[in-house]
Amino acid sequence: MITNVSRRDFLKAGGALVLGVVVPPARAQSAGALEPNAFVRIAADNTVTVIVKHLEMGQGTHTGLPTLVAEELDADWAQMRVEAAPADAKRYNNLMWGPVQGTGGSSSLPNSYEQLRKAGAAARIMLVGAAAERWNVPAAEISVTRGVVEHKKSKKRAKFGELAAAAATQVVPADPLLKDSKDFVYIGKAALARTDARAKSNGSAQFTQDVKLPGMLTAVVLHPPRFGAKLKSFDAAKAKEIPGVVNVVAFSTPATNGVAVLAKDYWTAKKGRDALVAEWDEAAAFRLGSAEIMAEYKRLAVTPGAVAAKTGDAEAALRGAAKTLEAAYEFPYLAHASMEPMNCVVALSVGGCEIWNGEQFQTVDQAAVAQLLDTKPEQVKLNMLYAGGSFGRRANPQSDFILEAVAIAKAINGHAPVKLVWGREDDMRAGYYRPMYYHALEAGLAPDGELVAWRHTIVGQSILTGTAFEPMMVKNGVDDTSVEGAANLPYAIPNRLVELHSPKIGVPVQWWRSVGSTHTAFATECFLDDIARATGKDPLALRRNLLGKHPRHLGVLELAAKQAGWGKPLPKDRARGIAVHESFGTFVAQVVELSRRKDSVHIERVVCAVDCGVAVNPNIVAMQMESGIGYGLSAALAGAITLKEGLVEQSNFHDYPVVRMNQMPKIEVHIVPSAEKPSGVGEPATPVIAPALANALAALNGTAVRALPLSAQGLTFA
Amino acid sequence: MTPLSVNGKPVSVDADADTPLLWVLRDFLEMTGTKFGCGMALCGACTVHVDGRPMRSCTTPLSAVTGRRITTIEGIGNFKTGRAVQEAWVAENVPQCGYCQSGQVMSATALLAANKDPSDAQIDAAMTGNICRCATYPRIRAAIKRAAKKLA
Repeated sequence: MITNVSRRDFLKAGGALVLGVVVPPARAQSAGALEPNAFVRIAADNTVTVIVKHLEMGQGTHTGLPTLVAEELDADWAQMRVEAAPADAKRYNNLMWGPVQGTGGSSSLPNSYEQLRKAGAAARIMLVGAAAERWNVPAAEISVTRGVVEHKKSKKRAKFGELAAAAATQVVPADPLLKDSKDFVYIGKAALARTDARAKSNGSAQFTQDVKLPGMLTAVVLHPPRFGAKLKSFDAAKAKEIPGVVNVVAFSTPATNGVAVLAKDYWTAKKGRDALVAEWDEAAAFRLGSAEIMAEYKRLAVTPGAVAAKTGDAEAALRGAAKTLEAAYEFPYLAHASMEPMNCVVALSVGGCEIWNGEQFQTVDQAAVAQLLDTKPEQVKLNMLYAGGSFGRRANPQSDFILEAVAIAKAINGHAPVKLVWGREDDMRAGYYRPMYYHALEAGLAPDGELVAWRHTIVGQSILTGTAFEPMMVKNGVDDTSVEGAANLPYAIPNRLVELHSPKIGVPVQWWRSVGSTHTAFATECFLDDIARATGKDPLALRRNLLGKHPRHLGVLELAAKQAGWGKPLPKDRARGIAVHESFGTFVAQVVELSRRKDSVHIERVVCAVDCGVAVNPNIVAMQMESGIGYGLSAALAGAITLKEGLVEQSNFHDYPVVRMNQMPKIEVHIVPSAEKPSGVGEPATPVIAPALANALAALNGTAVRALPLSAQGLTFA
Repeated sequence: MTPLSVNGKPVSVDADADTPLLWVLRDFLEMTGTKFGCGMALCGACTVHVDGRPMRSCTTPLSAVTGRRITTIEGIGNFKTGRAVQEAWVAENVPQCGYCQSGQVMSATALLAANKDPSDAQIDAAMTGNICRCATYPRIRAAIKRAAKKLA
């Protein structure tokens, strides 16, 4: 169970060592912008509570972040507790996002690495200081081991809880010294159990879906059939005939509009929603289909785009090349399809509101809700609950489902708290997809087969335009997230040009686990294998030759290849494929081994190598590699949201199939030992599996894959 | 009022006969461990046991379970097999986001109750109805084997 922490609760915590969360007494005032002491609370009952500022959506923040505190505090893992931080960007901003609080971009652990270690180290120094005073011994003679403070000479020992009150009067060290990595007892060790494993195995973990407030009503909504359509009129008569339907209201936000049916329970509200009759104004509605969108993208791809990267003179080098190769790749829209469909609980209050949500984007959501309610952001109280997956979806740049819940609560004048519950169909058809993309590539080869020119044109909607990140990450018409992984291609190619077209299409789009790399890794890594085939080179050898200046790419590539037995002969009807890619500062290589079965293909195994700097919790690193591979594999095999005349054709898991137990390959994860600062692991495994798989398929079948998903290419997997 | 037996206790609920058991549990009995994922028996997040057999509660109407023995994630730990499965889930660090895991635990418990030593193919057959978007499948498989060993 996770609980949110209000200021009042802290004030009530008498006798506890509360670091920097309440305005501390003068002696215990911390200095510096990191405010390291808003993260630790040691109570008289000997529990150490870590206030975690990042959403736990599966990626392990509730384990990895407390590990950092426990390490520097020398706490016992069993005494660690976790609380989700409140919304307060002054204390809980993401250090990689400036003044913004939120979770994403595989940044939770890297941005917290020093912050939370310092928070733990500061608390340790204060405990030791209190013990030194109490025992009248030099602080330097005191040791701390697994939650026990000890002065060996005088045989004095105390637990943290016994010292907490006295330690609270110590000066908070402004810049505590951190451990040398050779002294780590937790960081880098696999043994630490997830703090959320038990509650998530016995049904007691609390998700947004599980919140119940006194008098709360459940809202089930009717959205427009097409993006951009507006509600013209509705007839609630049949809905209101259903016993238990309490209210039917129209709502409108900058992101969505529609009609909500409210009842005490979901099923009654859903029956009411299904009985609604509505008319829509579709004058501004989006009416194109996926085929028309792709045709437009192909047309754009042959025109000059915004320059995302330029080295040498690719055009001239292509004209002068002994041989040129071309390939184009097509990618569909993708839904996030987290297990918990989007939902949000809102209780309006005088001058503001309180929200319970798998909260991923605090600062953006506070601003959006405040605007809708005509109040101040700090009047929007956010309770961050566990999220049943997200993969980016719960950090919506328009706060779409959150504003919808607030607008519905407002439409009933705050008479009752409202829980907005989307059905799977509502979730899948609400937009905010990974955009469709088209990639066109051309390579120029010297007479000896050397790769001398590379032209890469990308066409697809900009995710960041119109969001809070636009000023930072959209430059000269180039949305960094459209070209990441392509613009910064690591391969040594003397003449290279990457261009981007960002057409405006009326389908809402959003970041999706590993964002731009979801398509750039596929296009670049598959095209490189094309070049290897055309020049008769081994795919590993070709990459090795081009990665001389990129040791971390090379490191994972060599490790994955070695562990997979790359180059060793395979039986008939078997093949391997390899791919390597860096995203969010983490390097991942994968080797896929395939076998041909009767009329399908089977993935025998996936060997994955990762370099994420210091692997704080190697077990969670392995979990995230497995998870990223499974998620990327779902998209590669069968994931596609398609439109026809503006209508989304998919609605649930029967027509948006995802990987299940029987399709999940055996995965081996190997971690490169590293002393580099840690980088995130939630996303970087995702983009690598599809190109590694496609390259293996090309090796098996002799035919390159030019579009995803594979199911649309007639390929089936057993 | 409809009488029901949930986790060995008699309860009665004032819900329409067509209300799926999932929403009876969640909204009427305030037992929220059983999860809503798809509403079409496609994902398995809502799996409970009815007379010891796994059922998707999102498409099972209240009228179909009157007088039958219902076990949910909140009660499965009272049985030896369920407890072993839950302990194996913790030992293998199975859950990531955790939302599907109630259903996974219920399906795995039903499997082990019927088959003490399932093969990989039998695990596939029993568990393929339960989607995990975090793809914790390799660890689910390991946890089922761990629980089987414990129960042997």
